[in-house]
Amino acid sequence: MDYTFHWRPVIKALPDLFSAALVTLEAAVLSMLLGIIFGLALAMMRLYGNRPLSLFATVWIELARNTPALLQLFFFGFGLGAFGWHLTPFTIVLCGLAFNNAGYLAENFRGGFQAIPAPQYKAARCLGMSATQTYIRIIIPQVFRLVYYPMTNQMVWAVLMSSLGMLVGFRELSGETQFLASNTFRLFEFFLVAAVFYYLLVKLILFAAHILSRRLFTY
Amino acid sequence: MSESANAIQFFTGFRFSDLGFLAEAAGNTLLISVISISIGSVLGCLFGWALHVSVLARYLLGSVLDIFRSVPLIIQLLLFFNFFPILGLPLEPFAAGCIVLIFYTSALVAQVARGGIEAVPDSMRRASRSLGMSYLQDMRYVVWPIGARAMLPAWTGVALGVLKDSALVSVLGYLELLRASQILITRTQEPFIILAIVGAFYFALSYPIGKLSARLEQRWQYD
Repeated sequence: MDYTFHWRPVIKALPDLFSAALVTLEAAVLSMLLGIIFGLALAMMRLYGNRPLSLFATVWIELARNTPALLQLFFFGFGLGAFGWHLTPFTIVLCGLAFNNAGYLAENFRGGFQAIPAPQYKAARCLGMSATQTYIRIIIPQVFRLVYYPMTNQMVWAVLMSSLGMLVGFRELSGETQFLASNTFRLFEFFLVAAVFYYLLVKLILFAAHILSRRLFTY
Repeated sequence: MSESANAIQFFTGFRFSDLGFLAEAAGNTLLISVISISIGSVLGCLFGWALHVSVLARYLLGSVLDIFRSVPLIIQLLLFFNFFPILGLPLEPFAAGCIVLIFYTSALVAQVARGGIEAVPDSMRRASRSLGMSYLQDMRYVVWPIGARAMLPAWTGVALGVLKDSALVSVLGYLELLRASQILITRTQEPFIILAIVGAFYFALSYPIGKLSARLEQRWQYD
């Protein structure tokens, strides 16, 4: 083994990597929020929508679940470029991840909606709530509680998937790592540190989700 | 105008024969996925069993497997691919991809398998042991049939996930579907149609498996 490890460039770049990790977190959180909104809409369209709406939701969900996330990113990156739509790397990653998250979350939400007993809905309507009120105040909070664990999982996946941004030129944790690594030729050292960053990030999210669940679901 | 017509053509349109190229690449995707899913699943079941029986394994093996689930696959691939030249053993992209995918699969399957084993009620196992079955017989004739049913949906999810994640091996230079699409896009400059075709290839690989598993799951519920 005639390889000498050089950690100095990595240590010098630690602040850059740290701020890149924040960009990763930001992209993951934003894509997750978009994913939850679209996922809820898709699940309701698939369950209660008329035929065209339900078909649209089914196509979105099946496409998101049956093609690689990287292909979806390329689609938003290069595919839309064919029509002259040139998105910035951040938008590409955000759109791609939101598309993917929405597809997976929609299926979770669908299961959640189906697990809510129908009398809950009827009781809320009997108490004089409108359909919108029933969903916002009665049904959806319970669905969130049911799918909390899968949602946490999806958040972890969102962080991991955001690393694909490096292949479309987005400078998040992986992209920044690759940039620095190819500048200094210390590929192994940099990627090892990036792996540690990701590990800590995932653990942080799981811990935060655990704390949050104890505060949210105390009743 | 005539000048440009005589100029060398850098880009040529998408041809019918390119579908053959893509089909070959799809074969490569299927090859690497089948190898890593089958070996990874066997390994994962062993790990899952170890996690179930031993507290020590739960701490040691569990935390190692946790790393595979908490670090992005693309970083794992690049790390592993760049690690072997350090030892003086450069590795083929296919071999490196296979090894990483096998461990990645086994880490995911271990969790599923452990859940499958724990889905078998203790009373059932005690009953089989008191009927005179050995530990292995108990595993083979009682735990396996019940546990396999319990873990089928989750296992299919993992298998389909690995099939799709095998797209990342393209980063190392292995010629699978996604890399083939990149080559064709560079030549034809028609990204939209090629990505749509490649998406259709992936869909055709993944969708039937998902449907088949859902059907199997339903059939197994009523017997």
